[in-house]
Order: sequence, then C-alpha cells, then structure tokens
Amino acid sequence: MEMMSGAAMVVRTLKDIGVKHVFGYPGGAVLDIYDALYAQQDVEHVLVRHEQAAAHMADGYARSTGQTGTVLVTSGPGATNTITGIATAFMDSIPMVVLSGQVPSMHIGEDAFQETDMVGCSRPIVKHSFLVKRAVDIPEAIAKAYYIANTGRPGPVVVDLPKDIVNVSEEHPYQFPEDVTMRSYNPTLKGHNKQIKKAVKTLLESKRPILYVGGGAISAEASDLVTEIAEKLNAPVTSTLMGLGAFSSVHEQFVGMLGMHGRLEANKAMHNADCILALGARFDDRVTNNVDKFCPHANIIHVDIDPASISKIVGAHVPVVGSVDEVAKQLLKEMGKIDAKAQHAKVADWWEQINQWRSRKCLEYKKGDGLIKPQEVIESLYKHTNGDAYVSSDVGQHQMFAALYYPFAKPRRWINSGGLGTMGFGLPAAMGVQMAHPEAVSTVVTGDGSIQMNIQELATCMQYNLPIKIISLNNRALGMVRQWQDMIYKGRHSHSYMDSMPDFVKLAEAYGHIGIRVTKPEELDEAMAKCFAAKDRLVFMDIEIDQNEHVYPMQIKFGAMDDMRLSKTERT
Amino acid sequence: MRRIISVLMENAPGSLSRIVGVFSQRGFNVDSLCVAPTDDKSLSRLTIVTVADDKVIEQITKQVNKLIDVLKVSDLSDGHHVERELMLVKVATRSELVRAEVKRNVDIFRAQIVDVDANNYTIQVTGTSDKLDAFAHALSQSTEIIEASRTGVCGLARGEKALRP
Repeated sequence: MEMMSGAAMVVRTLKDIGVKHVFGYPGGAVLDIYDALYAQQDVEHVLVRHEQAAAHMADGYARSTGQTGTVLVTSGPGATNTITGIATAFMDSIPMVVLSGQVPSMHIGEDAFQETDMVGCSRPIVKHSFLVKRAVDIPEAIAKAYYIANTGRPGPVVVDLPKDIVNVSEEHPYQFPEDVTMRSYNPTLKGHNKQIKKAVKTLLESKRPILYVGGGAISAEASDLVTEIAEKLNAPVTSTLMGLGAFSSVHEQFVGMLGMHGRLEANKAMHNADCILALGARFDDRVTNNVDKFCPHANIIHVDIDPASISKIVGAHVPVVGSVDEVAKQLLKEMGKIDAKAQHAKVADWWEQINQWRSRKCLEYKKGDGLIKPQEVIESLYKHTNGDAYVSSDVGQHQMFAALYYPFAKPRRWINSGGLGTMGFGLPAAMGVQMAHPEAVSTVVTGDGSIQMNIQELATCMQYNLPIKIISLNNRALGMVRQWQDMIYKGRHSHSYMDSMPDFVKLAEAYGHIGIRVTKPEELDEAMAKCFAAKDRLVFMDIEIDQNEHVYPMQIKFGAMDDMRLSKTERT
Repeated sequence: MRRIISVLMENAPGSLSRIVGVFSQRGFNVDSLCVAPTDDKSLSRLTIVTVADDKVIEQITKQVNKLIDVLKVSDLSDGHHVERELMLVKVATRSELVRAEVKRNVDIFRAQIVDVDANNYTIQVTGTSDKLDAFAHALSQSTEIIEASRTGVCGLARGEKALRP
C-alpha cells in the first residue's frame, strides 16, 4: 500500500474522485495541504480574495455543470467566512464539499488561535459534516462527503481536518474507497408504482393541468423528460426561479415564471388549474403567496426526491418520492400512447383561457423618458448573447428583471441564489461558471449594491484571466428595498440609498479590466456590442438606470397566487 | 397530541447534536429525550416525547429521517407499545412518621428505596410518566422532595414490530 502524509491523502483523494478545481484560501491550519497541492498538477487551485467568494465560486461551478464544487479554507475565520456560501448552496440544494482546516486535535476546545467549532457552526446549513480524527480515515471521509453531496437531494458537506492529522512529517497507508455505501443513507430514486398510476390517472382526467417545474428537474438532468411529458399532455408549464431553463422558456407551452414576481398568466394558470404536477419544486413562500388561498381547485401531484419537502407547506393529493428523471420516465411509461388529438381537444378551452391572460402582456413597460429602463438592458443582453449566455445574478430588482426578461432555453444557464437570496453571489458564481466553461460567455447581472459585496474578486478574475461580462444596473439605491419602501412605507427610503458611490469604471480599470459607463438609452446597444466584442477581457458595464422603476407583476401580500399588482397603478 | 418518536441512528460523534438541532431549528418541542447505545454498540437508540399535531409529527419524522446518520424512525404512539420512565427521587425523612408514610407509598407504587441516609431516602421508581407524576405528588403530600432526576421515556412497540437496521 502506498504510504503518504495526511495532507497528501487529501489531495490524492480529490484527484482519485476526479476533482479538477478547488477554490480556496490558505492559512495556518491548512498549510500542509497547500504544500501537498504545490507538488502536483492534477487538481488546480483557484486563489480567491475572500473565502465567501470561494464558496460561491464552487457553487457557480456546481450549478453550471452538475458536478460537486470544492472549497478549501483554513480554520477559524477562513471557515466561518464560508458560512454564507454554504447556506446559499444548502437552500438551493447545490452539491458542494468544503474542506476546512482545524486546530490540532489536542487543542480542540481550548479556544486555540483560529479555532472555531466549524462542524457546530455549519450544522444547520449542511447536508452532513465530518470531523476527521485519524489520518487513515481521510480518504473515506472525503469520498463519503462527495457521495452525500451529489446524491439524493444534493447539498453542501463539510469535512473538518485537524492540523495534526494532515501533518506532512507522518506517513500512513493510503487506500481509496472504490465503493461508498452507508447503511443509514439510501435515497429513494424511483417512485412507488401505486403512486405513479394514481398520478397518471389524475393527470389524464384533468382538463386544466399545469406543470410546475423547480430546481429538482435541473439537478436530476430531467429537461428532456419534462418536455416530453408537457408535450404529451399539451399542458402549460410554469417554472420556479430555480427551475428556469429546465423547460425551455421559448417553448410555446411555457407560461413563464410563477410566484411573487411571476408572470400573470403563470399565476393565473396555477390558481385556476384542476391538476398541478409539481416536479422538483417545494412550494416556497415566494411562490404560494397565502397558503390558505393557494390553488383551490387543484389536485396536487408532488414529485420530490426529499420526502420532507412533500406536504411541508401545501398538502399533496398524490405524493411521489423519487428523483424527477426516474419518476418522469415512470410517468411516461404509465401514460403509454396518448391520442394527441383527443388530448388537444381536452385542453383546448384551457389554452384559450391562458392565451387570454397572455394577451394582457404583463411584461410590457414604458420607455421613452430619456432614462435607461432595467428591462431594456436585459433585453439588450439577450440580443447580444443570442440568448445563449450563462447568466449569473446577484439579488434584488436586477435579479427579477433578469429572470423575467432573459428567456433561458437550456438548463444550468441561469445561476442565482434563489432560496437564501445572497447579495454578493453573482460575481464569484460567474467566475465558477467561467472556470468550468472557459469558452462560454459568462455574464453577471448585478446592481450597485450587490456588486460591492464581493467586488474584491475582480482581482481574482485578473489573476485567472476570467473574461466575465458584468452588467451592473446602477440605480444609486438598493432597488428592491426601495421598491418595498415605496409600496409599504410611503416612500420613506430608510438607508436604501448610497450617496458615496465609487466610480465603477475607474474601479474596474484599477483592477486591470475594462469599464464602460452607459447613461443614455441610445448608447446602450453600441456599448453592449463593445462589451461582448472584448472577448478575452473582463468588462464592467456600469449602466445608469431609471431609479424609480419597480419590478412588476408582483403578488399582493396575503392574497391568492393570482392577486397581483401589474404596475404602480393597476392590479388584478 | 403526545407522541413518542423512536430513532435508530449511528452511534457517531455529532449524531445527537444533529437530532437536537432539527428540533430547535424547526421549532419543534421536546418534552423528554432518552438516548443510549443499543445491543449493537455501533447504533444508538433515541426516544423523544413531543406534543404536536399530525402535520408537525409528519414533518418531525421526515426531517429526522433525512439526517444522514439516522437509519430508522418510528412513531411508537401509532400502535400498541410499552413505555417506561425511571425516576430517582430523594426525600427528607426527618421523623418516624414520615419514614413510615414514605415506605407505604414506596410499597403501593412498587418503588424501591435504593439509598438510606440519616435524614433522607433515595427512591427508584419506574413506570409510565403519569405514574411517576402520581408518585411524586403522593410523596410531596407527606414530605419534602429534596431532588429528583428522571430519565425521560423509552419504549418499544408490542409484538413483532421492531426497529432494526
């Protein structure tokens, strides 16, 4: 058996698992591991400027590929700085492994320098965690961590490594566990046959069906199967913020995103449906609005790999535990051949109704007052990237504008912090995307608030030549906070404005990148063209937009799904 | 409604804190909790008594089951079961009269005196939580309870049903 140090085992295990990139930052407790990294070429390390960004980079990497993202940080502050990133991944079920250094075993509990109980700190926001106690256990712990992170409902896993066990001066036998099995962990992938039959019966009896697709369809790589089901039933499809792209947004059966800032036709269709097929979605409060008024006419078929998600918020009539891809295959098989003509006829009235809602054109907005509208920036971005870019987003109004005005035709192209709503996520996530797809166009839609939460990563972009395109919708304010203050607090803008905005163009230039400022609508198109022409450079587009634009449609609090404001003055 | 949840989990460091975490994180309440390794030392069995409606119990069961270390979860109160709790209680016995009354109660409740001191008895009693409450109440009528310690409920399903890996 090969003999090596604990530190070498960490790196070797990563290599044997097939990890290509590690995002991290060195420090005392992990110096041995960093030394082991130095001696090899199989695993590339990306040095960030703040550990939170390392976690978001690993996250963006994972979201855009489906592969587990890897983070390596030191003990104490290094570890705690990743907490927001871990929580972000946890809320959105993103596979991630965080290797954190720890003080030597004999000093744990002594409040040693840079000591934090990382397993304890991260406990509520991880799928699982390990505190490794012996060097020989390192390969198995790390292999288990990757297995847990990317099977079942994916999620982040922390592996805490005390400094004494990775010590380079002691060697131990290395054995890579070829097969990881855990008696206490066996996720259910296939749906129960009886439930599948019941689901199909309910679907085929329905005259007003709708598919409600969430992030689970993306993690299960089930796009084609979901599309097949939708087409077979000729049913409308709506998507959660996390599910965008799982079903093509340019497909004629797509009625748009649903929920708080969903499209009118999507929320109307949900509210009036007689059967909802939920595929990997979790009835989040940003979808349902008032649960007591939620979809009163619908039989709900809830497909989810996590039994705990089913009937947590809204009771399911037909619960199906399983992964979206496996269950979709079972549903298709059970449906068998469906007479397309008869099925079309069955839902014809339903489509007529939906098309009426569509004709309201809820996404229309007013232009022409000399100010750049955020919506037109996203439309321009769509045009200049042929709708085929990876779009990472920060959190706020710009996020909703991007979700609504950039139709995603493919899964894994829309990268955003949906569950936790983490400002500062966008730039590092786009960097992770770019590391995973060096040839692709990786863009960030952000705002002047969010971008400043991880702006230090512009330096990392320089170091690794990441030609990211930053589309910053600059409204000199925290737009979404301001919108709520306009609506609920009589326009009292308590601390939602920033009156010491940096010169973003100069800032980008200071980091060695290109900065472009756009202030007039007529300059937008040309500036955007210039931005995407600079293929191998990072471009920071500082776009001065209308400060008073609100995101609409918007659900009315305590109402049903389809109780919505359609503009500052109109409501349903 | 009062429920008894039985959990079979890996006897690994951190397992217990994860279970307790689920309860505090999701706002579930714990009336009592009892945990120890099973006949198979690699496993621990944990019994939680909680009061909640059916929907919350379903969530508790699912969220606990979701933990990686957990092998099996069952709601004992779903069917016939045996439940027991043990209490050690120290009472003041400063007069002959009190000693006699305490001894009578011990006999009636089929408890045992496990330690005797000049001025107090330590008594062990097992049974359902209700019985333990009743015993403590009876003692308190005739003397002063100095201190008491209860294990929390543990239980098993009756008949063939078993919680095994």
